[in-house]
Parts: sequence; C-alpha cells; structure tokens
Amino acid sequence: MSRYSRHIVLDEIGQAGQDKISAAKVLVIGAGGLGCPVLQYLVAAGIGKIGVVDYDTVDESNLQRQVLYNTASIGQKKVIAAKERLQQLNPTITIETYPEKLVSENVIEIFKDYDIIVDGTDNFSTRYLINDAAIILDKPLVYGAIFKFEGQVTVFNYKGGPSYRCLFPTPPQKGSVPNCSEIGVLGVLPGIIGTMQANEVLKIILGIGTPLSGKLYCFNTLTNQSMTIGINREEPTIAMVKQRGLNFENIEETTFCSNNAFEIGIESIISEDDIQFIDVRGLSEMPRIEREDILEIPLPQLTKRLELISRKKKIIIFCKSGIRSAQAVAILKEQNITNCWSLKDGVSAFTKALSKTT
Amino acid sequence: MHIEIKYFGMLAEVTGCSSEILELSVTPVSGLKEFLFKKHPGLQQKDFRIAQNQELVSEETMLTGQEIAILPPFAGG
Repeated sequence: MSRYSRHIVLDEIGQAGQDKISAAKVLVIGAGGLGCPVLQYLVAAGIGKIGVVDYDTVDESNLQRQVLYNTASIGQKKVIAAKERLQQLNPTITIETYPEKLVSENVIEIFKDYDIIVDGTDNFSTRYLINDAAIILDKPLVYGAIFKFEGQVTVFNYKGGPSYRCLFPTPPQKGSVPNCSEIGVLGVLPGIIGTMQANEVLKIILGIGTPLSGKLYCFNTLTNQSMTIGINREEPTIAMVKQRGLNFENIEETTFCSNNAFEIGIESIISEDDIQFIDVRGLSEMPRIEREDILEIPLPQLTKRLELISRKKKIIIFCKSGIRSAQAVAILKEQNITNCWSLKDGVSAFTKALSKTT
Repeated sequence: MHIEIKYFGMLAEVTGCSSEILELSVTPVSGLKEFLFKKHPGLQQKDFRIAQNQELVSEETMLTGQEIAILPPFAGG
C-alpha cells in the first residue's frame, strides 16, 4: 500500500508496525486546538478506528488554531466537520463521532471500545473524569494541556505509571485557572503540543522509543526552553480512584465551588467537648499546637490513616488557610465519615481562640 | 544556598518574573513555600506543585537543589 510506504520503509515500523497501527483503536476527546492536530496525524497514519468526542460547534474564533475547520464550517458540529475533513484525508479508516458531553454516565461505555485515550479537553472537570475512567478501565492516557504560550505533554496510566492525580491530586479552586477562551492562546502552540500527543500515541502502539510515562514535558514557545519533570505513581491515590469509581464530581464540586459548605468557625465549637481535631498540614509547618485531642495526619497520608479517626466524635479538620482541610473533608465524606468540618481560617483561628481562653 | 526558582504558566504573571535567584537557608519545601507566600502573596490563591532538580517533591522534602520549578495545572486545549 503506497499510502503508508514512508512508514513501512522505516526499519522501526515496517509492515508489522503498520499492521499494528491499522489494528489500533484510539479515542480523542476534544476536537479543538489539541484535538485537530492529534486527529490529523493519527488519521493520516492509518489508525484503524478513531473516536472523536466533542459537543461543541465551530466558532469563527476557533479558526486561528483549530486547523481542521474552515470558514464554511462555522456553526457546524465539530465532530461532523472534523469527520468529513478527516475521511477525505483517509477514507480507509473508521471514524466514530460522539457529539455529546463526556460525563460519568457515558464515559465507561465510550472508553471501553478503545485501546488508547487522548485528552485534548479544555476544562478540569472533564480532565479528572477522563483520568479516573482511564484508571478504572486501565487504559493509557495521552495528556496535553496549554496556557497562552506554554504547553505540557505526558502519558498517564501506562504500564504501572502515574496518573493525573499523582501530579495534581484534586481539581484547582474554580476560577483560579482561566481557560483559552477567556485569556487567549498562541495558535501554533496546540499544533506543537497536539502533534507531540500524536507522536506518543504512535510510540505506544508501535512499542518503539520511550513513551513520556512518569515525565511531564513542559515547553515554552517564546523561549524555546523545555523541561522534563519526573512524576511518581502515588499508589494510595490510584487505589482511592479504583475504590470510589467516578462519583467524585459532586464531592469535589461541592468542596471547590461552594467553598464553605462544610466550613465551621472556631467560635461555634470552642466550648464543645467530644471533638476530634485533625491537623492535615505537613509535619514541619509552624506553629504546631500540642493538645491531646489533635491528630496530626498530613493530607497525603489521610487515606492511609483512616483507622485513627473516631467515628463517634465530631471531626474538625484544619490546615493553614482552609483549602487542604476542605479537601480532607471531601475525602472523609467519601469514606462515610460524615460528621466532619473544615475549620475556617485554619490554624490561626485555633491559636487566636486558645490565647483568649488561657 | 543559591536556588534558581522558575515559575511556569500563570504563576510567572503572579510573581512578575519567569525566574529568580533566591538566597535561602536549609529548609524543607514547606519552608520555601512560606517564604514564597510572603514574597509573592498572590501565590497563596494558586494551586501548584514544586519540582526540585526536575523531580516532583513533597512538603517534607529538604531543599538541596539548584533548580526549583513551580508548576501550575493547565486546563487549556
């Protein structure tokens, strides 16, 4: 087949490698800045079956970087416009479209038909959903993300490697990280990062080179500087995802978006007995408070130390400012420890209250 | 010791620089964070991970490295 002759002629690929590519099934989530170059190169390479998930329509402001679309595509469903263009490029492969939002109810059904998942989405909640589903179904996840002039690429969940939650355990506070549509992005950046994602997909399929597992590649288009940062697999984090499944969204959304649902002020508890305090700061963070009713469990260890936590007492968790303690509350609630609260203003509220009473 | 701190993504906008050289005494990473929070209070509202000599480190890790990277999560696609 002359279509793939420039791959087949490479010793590292050959006909056997091209057959692997033809047999592969890859799901690309997001047909935007990253998704477009990923799809173009994977379709050109002859991946046997490609799925595309995106519920969005083409907007004129997408055309600066989403190179599968043209002016006539404006207003069309992205997956429809993308499929049409991609089948012109390579009519020999199967392209499956999913013009829907990826949610916990459909993610498993969609993922199970594919060998490799590619994340080209533009928001944290979908990125965490994709990550957790990839862990549950044990599928490699090729991750790319961009901000203005900088990009990140890595491969998660590959042969016992780390996951997205090993890098960033929980979604950031809503609003603290803007997205492309709010702040702008250099058009060629997703081209560079998306093409690197396609490269990782092909390396995984072919079994050649070294996939970027356990390594976060960071690239700055303005300085041409790059840095590769090692990430370790955090077994408790992976185990937690496997155990709780995909019902994380409500818990994390509650914690990170309403920010005070489980928050309590020191004044309303200072006179109460039967309270178990938990300090989830790192053990070296000052000031320390020495009281018999305080357990010291740094947040990363919380899931490993659940047996220390009373199921009868009211649990008040504190850290420095209230962010980690809010995460801890979410973790405990998942473990059915429901009578737990995050202390407003953290350790400083505690020290102020103590100085008044003594 | 001299440490070069590199700020990625929006953190460079928060601190007003993409890198800086700091003179620090021996401290765990949590101490570095406290120092940075004082120097750049805007960082307190941001999520990030810290890498030392190109490896992610935890709060308890002692600073030994010449190169520290402060990495925020990116969502864009």
